[in-house]
Amino acid sequence: MNHTAEEMMTVAAARELRDGQVVFVGIDLPSRAANLARRLHAPGLVLVYESGTVDTKPAELPLSIGDGVLADSALTVVSVPEVFNYWLQPGRMDVGFLSGAQIDRYANLNTTVIGAYDEPEVRLPGSGGAPEISAGCREIIVVMRHRKRAFVDQVDFITTFGHGSGPTDRALLGLHGSGPMRVITDLGVLEPAPDSKELMLTALHPGVTVEQVRAETGWSLEISDELGETTPPTERELTTLRAMKTVGAGRR
Amino acid sequence: MAKIVSLTDAVAEFVHDGDTVALEGFTHLIPFAAGHEIIRQRRRDLTLARMTPDLIYDQIIGAGCARKLIFSWGGNPGVGSLYRLRDAITAGWPVPLEIEEHTHAGMANRYVAGASGLPFAVLRGAAGTDLTRHTPTVTTIRCPFTGEHLTAVAALNPDVTIVHAQRADRAGNVQLWGITGVQKEAVLAARRALATVEEVVDELPPEPGAIVLPRFTLNAVAVVPGGAAPSYAHGYYDRDNAAYLEWDTISRDRETFTAWLRDVEKGNPEKGDPEKGEPGTKRRRP
Repeated sequence: MNHTAEEMMTVAAARELRDGQVVFVGIDLPSRAANLARRLHAPGLVLVYESGTVDTKPAELPLSIGDGVLADSALTVVSVPEVFNYWLQPGRMDVGFLSGAQIDRYANLNTTVIGAYDEPEVRLPGSGGAPEISAGCREIIVVMRHRKRAFVDQVDFITTFGHGSGPTDRALLGLHGSGPMRVITDLGVLEPAPDSKELMLTALHPGVTVEQVRAETGWSLEISDELGETTPPTERELTTLRAMKTVGAGRR
Repeated sequence: MAKIVSLTDAVAEFVHDGDTVALEGFTHLIPFAAGHEIIRQRRRDLTLARMTPDLIYDQIIGAGCARKLIFSWGGNPGVGSLYRLRDAITAGWPVPLEIEEHTHAGMANRYVAGASGLPFAVLRGAAGTDLTRHTPTVTTIRCPFTGEHLTAVAALNPDVTIVHAQRADRAGNVQLWGITGVQKEAVLAARRALATVEEVVDELPPEPGAIVLPRFTLNAVAVVPGGAAPSYAHGYYDRDNAAYLEWDTISRDRETFTAWLRDVEKGNPEKGDPEKGEPGTKRRRP
């Protein structure tokens, strides 16, 4: 079956999740991938959304993070202070699944402003739950479309701390989890180099070249010595993904 | 003690120019009708607090009622941007808007501190971000027991909090369920509090996961069926996702927004208009 780059990204992201893990899920791309994983190889995946819906199994994808479909199918619904204070903060979440408008070579994320804070070129939504998700989960997976304006040398604003500016920053700040461990894009997979924590290319999706990835990356991207190629989506992965519908939306 | 009054009277009596106002509801039970009444009564210089400004604050900001926004995520959920908010921040239209932003956990804990009668709350927070350089109500403290560095956020005590709920009893006790967000904390943190409800019943039957706001925590309750639309009221009506998509077009430019605003000011908004509802009617889905 033919597939789009977008579908490859979602499938690759879904494959990152293992059955039985507890995942704190962001809306849109992360939510799509997490729900795909739950329908495929990880039926026991526990999804937690910041709206307080714990162990939710939505039959359709939510459009917003607080859709009724998330509450209807949740094991339990807790308040927003509770989901952050009792469930995220102490480190009960295995994986945090995030996206962003900008990411830099150390996987710091920006969802606040493009340009200067006081006189922004573009004002973005802001932080939401992401900063604490990155601080509190055991590891972070980022899902983002690979575009030059998004993959920048330095983010204009650190909304969500990734690896700061090197390997020791998270520990110095007392951040518990290991931070972003993989960035899944529509072109390939990036991972922090073990020594420097700088993102390097570790896998290409089928049909994508290193030159293409470099052209869409705003820093001189290192390529792993063991550069792999992502297995294309299987027929089952694709048909399951295509059968997933978003709640009552006219457009998606 | 809560009295059951009309929405018009509740807003007239309890929401004043210059107040810090919180309309809470996390995607669910957003008090749209109350927000529209604030627009109609032309309140000015408000400081608006809300974790997710959503369409309702985009509308109030576009109407020129606010001078400041305290928030943690300002987008149109699942759709994109809030263009009135953007226009106010970047171009000062129709009036300049100051912002104070937090993370979700920070905002939630500001209400928790406010509800607890404490001056601040402690959380692990998100060290290393740029937010602390721009937000004076978040700082770092040292734990007196372990020496760990932690984040402190100042309590948020709104002058008035407004929430929407499924139902109230005749004494003014209010019950809500589904995604309950930060409404309990926002009400308990406030100096004054109002609730709009879908219906009034003789007794509040138990409902799984429900919270109850006792009548002595509220100043007024107004019956406004559909008062959360185009957001949703769990068990009553669904989120009108099409309206959220349409807002993307309406809010994009000042002219289409102004035309929308004229309709609301005339007391004829498409959704959540108190004059359209029949107070007390049961609209609950079977």
